[in-house]
Amino acid sequence: MIGRLSHATFFVLDVHSAKEFYANKLGFEIKTNVPVGENGLWLTVSPPGQDIEITLIPVNHEMMFKKDTSEKLTELIKARAFGFGVFECSDVFATYEELKSKGVEFIKAPMKGGGIPDAIFLDDSGNFFGLCEKKDK
Amino acid sequence: MENHRTYLYRRIVEAKLFMDENYANAIPTKIIAGVACFSEFHFLRLFKEVYQITPHQYLTSIRIKKAKQMLRNGSLITETCALVGFDSMSSFIKLFKKHVKLTPSVYAALVKERHQEIRDRPLAFVPDCFIEYMHWNK
Repeated sequence: MIGRLSHATFFVLDVHSAKEFYANKLGFEIKTNVPVGENGLWLTVSPPGQDIEITLIPVNHEMMFKKDTSEKLTELIKARAFGFGVFECSDVFATYEELKSKGVEFIKAPMKGGGIPDAIFLDDSGNFFGLCEKKDK
Repeated sequence: MENHRTYLYRRIVEAKLFMDENYANAIPTKIIAGVACFSEFHFLRLFKEVYQITPHQYLTSIRIKKAKQMLRNGSLITETCALVGFDSMSSFIKLFKKHVKLTPSVYAALVKERHQEIRDRPLAFVPDCFIEYMHWNK
């Protein structure tokens, strides 16, 4: 029987830069940081209080992808083609101001539009994510 | 109206970032409120409204987070307690246990053990499918 989701994968351009971005700008916890071999790194992060581990996988890894696949993925990430999910926050307007002050790029600012206020930001690779207020606020 | 709200949010965020940078010092709420140019009462109300916790609870959570980081990096418990801004060792241990469900010494021992295991058998922490994808088993 299948249990809970334990890991989700985000493709990134540079795992070391992604580590700095997710930990220091977004405030995620580093769950697993396992250097493997000379250049390998198994890195998982999670937003505070979340047990699903997000695996940050570099698309330029020569061993995981063939060269043409890696190039296509890199191009698509840079073109902001991938969105991997939506994160909750207690107040989207405050979180927007805080992340913006830390240099996080937004492609949609929150607005009072009658629905649940949300925003969209980019990670350091170009992946986009929704930021949405908790419904039960 | 929208601009006024944005201005208020910026001030609240400024106070939060002030706490992020100054958690190691004893900072009374009045000082934090002053950074954001609010009265203490107004600041407490707005902060709680935005973050669903009080500034004091937030400050404690940063200190615990920083303490965990320091212990993971091998700092001593006494040194950690002093550098993250707790008044006394007893309040540090009590709050750490409340938040992490472990005492600082047990947490530090478990982290040390895990780091050693990672050094000894790194692949034991990586799912097999990724080891295969990455060719880390060759």
